[in-house]
Amino acid sequence: MRVVVLGVGNVLLSDEGLGVRAIERLQRAHRLPPGVEVIDGGTSGMELLEQLEGIDALIMVDAIRAGAPPATPIRLAGNALPVFFRTRLSPHQVGLCDVLASLELLGRSPRHICILGLQPQSLALGMELSREVEEGMPALLDMVTAELASLGLAAPATGCGGI
Amino acid sequence: MSQRVTIDPVTRIEGHLRVDVEVDGGKVKKAWASGQMWRGVENILIGRDPRDAWAITQRICGVCTTVHALASVRSVENALQLELPVNAQYIRNMIILAHAVHDHIVHFYHLSALDWVDVTSALKADPAKAASLAESLSSWSGNSKAEFSKVQQRLSGFVGTGQLGIFTNGYWGHPAMKLPPEINLIAVAHYLQALEVQRHANKVVSILGGKTPHIQNVVVGGVANALAVDSQAVLTVERLLAVKDWIDQLADFVKNVYLIDVAVVGGSYPEWTQIGRGIVDYLCVPDIPLDGRNTEFALPGGHIAGGDLASFKQIRTHDDAYFKDGVSESVKHSWYEGGKGPLHPYKGETRPQYTDFQDDGKYSWLKSPTFYDKPMQVGPLPRVLAMVAAGHKPTIDHATHALELVSTVAKTKVGIDALHSTIGRHAARAVACAVEVDELARQWDLLLASMAKGDLKTFNKPIFPKGEITGVGMHEAPRGVLSHWIVIQDGKIRNYQCVVPTTWNAAPRNEKDEPGAYEACLAGTPVAIPDQPLEVLRTVHSFDPCLACAVHVVDQERQPVVRVKAA
Repeated sequence: MRVVVLGVGNVLLSDEGLGVRAIERLQRAHRLPPGVEVIDGGTSGMELLEQLEGIDALIMVDAIRAGAPPATPIRLAGNALPVFFRTRLSPHQVGLCDVLASLELLGRSPRHICILGLQPQSLALGMELSREVEEGMPALLDMVTAELASLGLAAPATGCGGI
Repeated sequence: MSQRVTIDPVTRIEGHLRVDVEVDGGKVKKAWASGQMWRGVENILIGRDPRDAWAITQRICGVCTTVHALASVRSVENALQLELPVNAQYIRNMIILAHAVHDHIVHFYHLSALDWVDVTSALKADPAKAASLAESLSSWSGNSKAEFSKVQQRLSGFVGTGQLGIFTNGYWGHPAMKLPPEINLIAVAHYLQALEVQRHANKVVSILGGKTPHIQNVVVGGVANALAVDSQAVLTVERLLAVKDWIDQLADFVKNVYLIDVAVVGGSYPEWTQIGRGIVDYLCVPDIPLDGRNTEFALPGGHIAGGDLASFKQIRTHDDAYFKDGVSESVKHSWYEGGKGPLHPYKGETRPQYTDFQDDGKYSWLKSPTFYDKPMQVGPLPRVLAMVAAGHKPTIDHATHALELVSTVAKTKVGIDALHSTIGRHAARAVACAVEVDELARQWDLLLASMAKGDLKTFNKPIFPKGEITGVGMHEAPRGVLSHWIVIQDGKIRNYQCVVPTTWNAAPRNEKDEPGAYEACLAGTPVAIPDQPLEVLRTVHSFDPCLACAVHVVDQERQPVVRVKAA
């Protein structure tokens, strides 16, 4: 089983980069089973094609603007995904959307796709997360490990802390 | 009666560029290019360690990560007058060239070919005729009737389910689409093959850069790759042999597919050699350094005035005062505080002052860069023309070959002058790509030869002096001249400015109210159907816009993906 946990976002725009910050912490604070690859996607598009090709599951972690209170955890899967891409809740979706469409065209889409994230509080210039999102990060990491668990993959905490 | 058309955004992938055109009598009379997002990344860098700047600047853009990393370390090295081990140059050069090849292939097939190729028309093609046509032009193995039939079936499956996916937003059936069904089918097949091939370029970057999309191996003073002839876990000869294999496959595709497809499309749209000329003052910088001090280069660069190759003035080194003294930026029409006239990047300021979109006032988040007070066009076209003017033989050979092919398809003699156009920018990009893929193979040879002599050095330690030093990092990136300008005070960054290629090309009017390259090139572009402005997109896309770099990416909540408004 090959699973990719893909953190996306722009780390120069505070909470916009929460997906990248989340996967950095995931790698530091959890022991990931073989077959799980963690990728810092930043704001890339087509460069990611190869790494997402023919995998069993793609777990994207991103800032999701859903009009919810700051740091609200959000999970999108199944029918909610096309809506996510169409309404472009996150600015880099255009690139990733095209990567996924290209994979579909090649007949090598991930079999399972979900997007996990938090409602951002601030998109201001800066490399720190907002206080609200910072406090919401443990919940987001729990969502990621729960998603992995649902795929039958355990990612226990190492006790080193995620910060 | 003139009509105003607004297109926002104009790119399929990286967005946030708005173009307004005033159409009169079926042609663009006046155009405005506007960056719709503020880029303040420079402000984040102030006060930081110059050695960390590259890792931050490579986050400016998702498409151009490596180019910002390299321009950044070069700016610091220039400030320190630091010499690099030649192996570090070879490794960086291979990353630069592999990235460029990747970028050009993806730009043509996946971001702009569909401006010219009608996907739905490919369904009507005869695969046997397509195969005999393609085989008459190229020895590429993927041009068989079986291959084209397979592609057609896959495509019809997509269309049948109503899921055009990535092809949803095309202007299918538009009167400006003129390719016969067989050429459309060939192009769609190559579109899919390009998706496979582009991975080889990405793998080269990934092996040399440690990771992709964000390379890890760059350091001020060289690269962090440990070279070894035998040991594991470092850049070994074995890994380099795999890299060579990918380079060879890229070269096959670029020369036997990409260059030919561009010539066929160009030859089929001869009227587009007369559209999109605009600014013919061209600027590019030399790149692919062959020595540690950036004084000798594999690919020359310089300035061409008025489209006249005889006027070519070479930029000789990465410390050349001709370049360093010539660049300044105006904010007269940009949403920044101004009033000081054009400023040199060392003195550049980034203080936002937003107004509405004012046709004659401020209307863009992009600054307006000039070279000795003149707006410039940058990118593969200036690069190819400069290399031809400099007598660079590989460029002359590939350009001649491409123009001969175009002439065959167009059934009329097409010369180098045709390159000053919308379709010419695509042709020049393909020529540049062929030159770059050849040079990539040569840099590989140089690295191996150096290692064979026992030279495994990749890093020289930087030492920061007290007091103020300044430096520029020049890089001829896929979209054109990129320069990072740094002021270092006592080992900390005091000022930082990035003058990126899309800022040159998508610049608003300058201090003298002269239009930027997009704006000038759009003038005269025909528009058949104002609410389907395919022709405007063709000209803008021919520059390969990357606004994520030129401006920063921010909230677009509740905005439709594309807004075309003809009022």
